[in-house]
Amino acid sequence: MRHDHLLTANQLTREDIELVLDRAAEVDANPASFGQRHAGTLLGLCFFEPSTRTKMSFEAAMKRLGGDVVDMGSIESSSVKKGESLADTVRVVEGYTDALVLRHPLMGAAKMASEFVDVPLVNAGDGAGHHPTQTLLDLYTVRENAGLDDLTIGIMGDLKYGRTVHSLATALTNFDATQHFVSPESLKLPRSVRYDLHEAGATVREHTDLEEVLPQLDVLYVTRIQRERFPDENEYHRIAGEYQIDAETLEAASDDLTVMHPLPRVDEIAPEIDDTDYARYFEQAHNGVPVRMALLDLLLEDSA
Amino acid sequence: MTDKQLRVSKIENGTVIDHVHGGQALNVLAILGIDGSGGEQVSIGMNVPSETLATKDVVKVEGRELSQDEVDVLSLIAPDATINIVRDYDVVEKHRVDRPENVTGVLSCPNHNCITNADEPVETRFAVLRDGVRCEFCGQIVREDIANHIGGE
Repeated sequence: MRHDHLLTANQLTREDIELVLDRAAEVDANPASFGQRHAGTLLGLCFFEPSTRTKMSFEAAMKRLGGDVVDMGSIESSSVKKGESLADTVRVVEGYTDALVLRHPLMGAAKMASEFVDVPLVNAGDGAGHHPTQTLLDLYTVRENAGLDDLTIGIMGDLKYGRTVHSLATALTNFDATQHFVSPESLKLPRSVRYDLHEAGATVREHTDLEEVLPQLDVLYVTRIQRERFPDENEYHRIAGEYQIDAETLEAASDDLTVMHPLPRVDEIAPEIDDTDYARYFEQAHNGVPVRMALLDLLLEDSA
Repeated sequence: MTDKQLRVSKIENGTVIDHVHGGQALNVLAILGIDGSGGEQVSIGMNVPSETLATKDVVKVEGRELSQDEVDVLSLIAPDATINIVRDYDVVEKHRVDRPENVTGVLSCPNHNCITNADEPVETRFAVLRDGVRCEFCGQIVREDIANHIGGE
């Protein structure tokens, strides 16, 4: 990796992405050969927001590389509660560890934190900004199931605030992908992501109705529409209901469609789809470990 | 009073910022961080008739020669500004403002969820785009009313 830190998907070239995904495929093929690769290495986990999958998979990844983690714990039990700045927190934890993983509710937090530390820092989600490691495992899953070139992908749900969407859409500009964005008017892509897609010359289409585009999709990436985005409860239920999929919805889809979701889901994808060949979201979540192992391996390799 | 007199005649040494769009003079001073506390003598002409602009503002700072880097940031709000360096009542240098690649500590980010608006020891930093600026931390793009966001502490 040419980078000291992984902060946003914008910094990733096609070469970077393929390097990580190829390394992840090596991990998948022969996990035992990576088992002592980073024995004695400590990874610092600084999660200022709740996390299940991301945090556990980083922990699993570091331990499967032979290392260990130290965890800041919840902010209620940390110095943050006493008013410590993020800049101070990461400078302190840097002294205990060889690399840092940061999740924070404010956009740009990882970028700022990276300017205060010398060890590799990985953004594990910064508010409605970016979530680049989720994107790497998303791309790994897409590559395994549909391929990353000559790809037609639909990205549906909360495109405005969904950080996994922002990172994925940006990263896909490195590939020959046509992106269809499906959302309610009020949750369309933010200006900053549109700017990046436009600058990259990406092929982008926007829809409010999945039916318009579903038959042509290779991949449908579903995200959760959150209740708190709507001031009115009834409005939320009415709109969210239009962006849920079930077996009947998928009758119009290609037999080869891959359905993905960064999880957690609430009711965007009916459980009846879980056992079909379309469903790849649990496989996607499982890919978090080999992909994060690959990323940590590459970042630590270069910082050693 | 002629345009020439207005621009240069009342300053012995320092900088005259001319051809500022009418109404932007105070924003020019705000961007340059000149609030009088440094002791400089500052004169402002506002909404002065102009041949090239309908009306213009003129800012004169006595006793201080502003560098190109200092004035380039003015291109965000005063793209037609000309900078005159004055010594002994003569204009010894005259140049235009160029768009810088980025501006630091000048603008505040309008995104309330940006880390630069939290209580952190960091200056704001914006990349300058063709038609606006972009926060280098949260990615927020500002195209309209950039002057409203002056104040990047």
